[in-house]
Amino acid sequence: MNEDMNGFFEDQEEDTQKGKFLTFSLGEESYGIDIMYVTEIIGIQPITVVPELPNFVKGIINLRGKIIAVMDARLKFNKAPKEYNDRTCIIVIDIAQLSIGIIVDAVAEVINISDDNIVPPPNLNSGGRKYIKSVGKSDNSVILILDCEKLLDEQEIDELKSSND
Amino acid sequence: MNNSYIDEPMLEAYVYETSQIIETLEQLMIQSEKIGTFSVDAINEIFRFMHTIKGSSAMMMFNEISTLAHKIEDIFYVIRENQGVRYDFSTLVDCILESVDYYKIELIKIRNGETPDGDTASLTDKVNDYLEILKEDNGLKKTKKETETKTEKDQKYYIRPSKKEDSAKYYKAKITFKKDCEMENIRAYTVIHNIVELVEEVIYKPSDIIDNDQSIDEIRANGFLLAIRSTSSEEEIRKYLEKTVFLESLDFEEAEPDWFKEFEVIYQDQEIHEDIKIPETSKKYIENQKVKKEKEDSKQEVTTTTTQSIISVNVDKLDMLMDMVGELVIAEAMVSQNPEVVRLEIESFDKASRQLHKISSELQDMVMAIRMVALSTTFMKMHRIVRDMTRKLSKDVVLEVYGEETEVDKNIIEKIADPLMHIIRNAIDHGIEDEKERIAKGKSKQGSIILEAKNSGSDVLIIIKDDGKGLDKQKIYEKAYNLGLIYQSIEDMNDKDIYRLILHPGFSMKEQVTEFSGRGVGMDVVAKNIESIGGSVIVDSVISKGTTIILKIPLTLAIIEGMNIKVGESRFTIPIASVKESFRPSNKEIIRDPDDREMIMVRGLCYPIVKLYEHYGLQTEVKNYESGILIMVEEDDRSCCLLADELLGQQQVVVKSLPNYIKRYKQVKGLGGCTLLGDGSISLILDVGEFELSNVHEK
Repeated sequence: MNEDMNGFFEDQEEDTQKGKFLTFSLGEESYGIDIMYVTEIIGIQPITVVPELPNFVKGIINLRGKIIAVMDARLKFNKAPKEYNDRTCIIVIDIAQLSIGIIVDAVAEVINISDDNIVPPPNLNSGGRKYIKSVGKSDNSVILILDCEKLLDEQEIDELKSSND
Repeated sequence: MNNSYIDEPMLEAYVYETSQIIETLEQLMIQSEKIGTFSVDAINEIFRFMHTIKGSSAMMMFNEISTLAHKIEDIFYVIRENQGVRYDFSTLVDCILESVDYYKIELIKIRNGETPDGDTASLTDKVNDYLEILKEDNGLKKTKKETETKTEKDQKYYIRPSKKEDSAKYYKAKITFKKDCEMENIRAYTVIHNIVELVEEVIYKPSDIIDNDQSIDEIRANGFLLAIRSTSSEEEIRKYLEKTVFLESLDFEEAEPDWFKEFEVIYQDQEIHEDIKIPETSKKYIENQKVKKEKEDSKQEVTTTTTQSIISVNVDKLDMLMDMVGELVIAEAMVSQNPEVVRLEIESFDKASRQLHKISSELQDMVMAIRMVALSTTFMKMHRIVRDMTRKLSKDVVLEVYGEETEVDKNIIEKIADPLMHIIRNAIDHGIEDEKERIAKGKSKQGSIILEAKNSGSDVLIIIKDDGKGLDKQKIYEKAYNLGLIYQSIEDMNDKDIYRLILHPGFSMKEQVTEFSGRGVGMDVVAKNIESIGGSVIVDSVISKGTTIILKIPLTLAIIEGMNIKVGESRFTIPIASVKESFRPSNKEIIRDPDDREMIMVRGLCYPIVKLYEHYGLQTEVKNYESGILIMVEEDDRSCCLLADELLGQQQVVVKSLPNYIKRYKQVKGLGGCTLLGDGSISLILDVGEFELSNVHEK
């Protein structure tokens, strides 16, 4: 019975979160993350460097006693690094019990994008990493919706590791 | 089974309760087996256990489990109800232990959210057969009366288990209360209620003081009679009794033990006689039971108190609590050491923050203490293993356990159960010879394994010692050599190094693979498990005298004493146990070899140097030795010197693991975890064992 109730609440929760995306900017583009994954947004804070990691993993931070890794979205997407300023934010996302912070230029807003306005990304045969799950349209702008699972994908990690070695 | 009707918390409670029962049951079996029979208490207890399991399983709709419990309950019902029933003890124990195993498996399934689908058919058949045989053998017809009298009797007695049988003396006391004090029965009850602290046993008349209002009249008329058996001095008891409120008069004297027994029988039996007629035989039985109860070890006592003063808490909640306390400590440091506040130099603030610091550090200690668990349950499990193995291998081995009250962190307990099991299995299977061989060697027929735990500084030592054939150095060496694990000649290796080889993966001394051991997985798993919790394994042996394996494990994983150091912007923490010394060398002392590796000569010994900034590619101003500092670290007799910018000081730190995301990327060499420093910044904990250490020995 309890289970059913829980399920019910979860469903409802999912419903209220469905179609909502947190948008942030990286340079010129704006990106979106399914709000379901986002636990919080914090300002940039001192990052402790952990040696021997790929350059986009900036290190670890102390999130109220919990230690989480942070990655720089710019570096992850092979963009030129930018100095952090007071607009810089860390979006903490939580996927499959894995918390990670993503450093972005600035966080914009939470918007609704209905399913009709979401289209699959153009199939570019560039063989690049497919972090973009879909493309959403909102008012006059286009938002690239991130595939969070892919962002932290194990396989992708392995690839990276072998290319680094 | 319809899952949707099951409440999660209920299921959790069921699993918890049942697994506790199963565990106690198993221990009870092992204990009973040692004595060679079931005591009356044991039988009652088993009966109760099975009854509980039957009931709760039926409620949770685990029918198979319930049926089996029911069958076992039946057996014990028969045994309980029929004094002097003859039964095949060892078959019964086997039967029950088999059921215990079955329950364990099913409980794991339930815990994992699967349906318990284990087939009990063969087990129930076995139990059924046993029950039939039992009944046939004894030609039974049950007399219900006895149960009634017995339960009746259980309620009437108020006997404390005696601890020191011999020194106890008997006293008799008669208390009369002042007239018009009213509620004499309640007052009398208060006396009894409090006196139990002081005495071993107390019997009183009238005995139905609480339930029966007429007892008031009796107390008024005849006074309140007490028969006391106690190890406390006469003076103490007298003093106590004299304190009774509204005391009119007190007759107190030492009494003969015989009188005491008489009193006991008269009054208590009278009680029973009044209620039900008991058959002659059960009177004797009552006596019997009484003796049993007195002899009853403190275990029962413990179980009753545990239900009152112990609650079980989900470990996750404890982990959370610990995290929060950790945060609190950091937050506290952030407030009290806030540079702007410190600059103000307010005395009252300092005072208050000191107070806060005291409380928060006590809180932290307490949280740590909560997580500490005695090793006794883990050790108890070993009895079962020894039992099963000795049976199967028909070796006679006795397990002696010492220091099971030693406490270690909950997380560690979980990690050491498997290794211990492996070691004990190995000891019985490989170590202890069979009877003939032992006699031929002039050893006692019975092999012995000593399992001992003790504290030693910040570590706990678990020592497993057998008196078997010991390790054959030559054989181990040859085998390792053939496997290509070593290249040195045997003369170049000391005993410790050779024994250590048995911890190598794929190394098994036993030629034959048995059910229990010999597959060559085992000791390496032991070593790995123990190392994963920051411990180490030491093997020592004397040929044909026995083998000793020592597991050295840290008391807790969560807090270590660490030395904080700084390299550029980064902070590192070195466990203080690994730090030998720190010093500032002069450039002349540094030696460079042709490969441009640097080393330093300290007191005639040459140590390699690891420059941390270089090792981890960090930016720092401090690159020469004269402005930095060298820290000599050591692990397992191997050492090196680390170059850091400066020492920040020594501190207890809460160990946290690196985020999983980073761990998934790669295990950064030399990093054992991270911790939060007082100012909220993160420091990385160095795992000294992973640096390039070298054996530095005096010639």
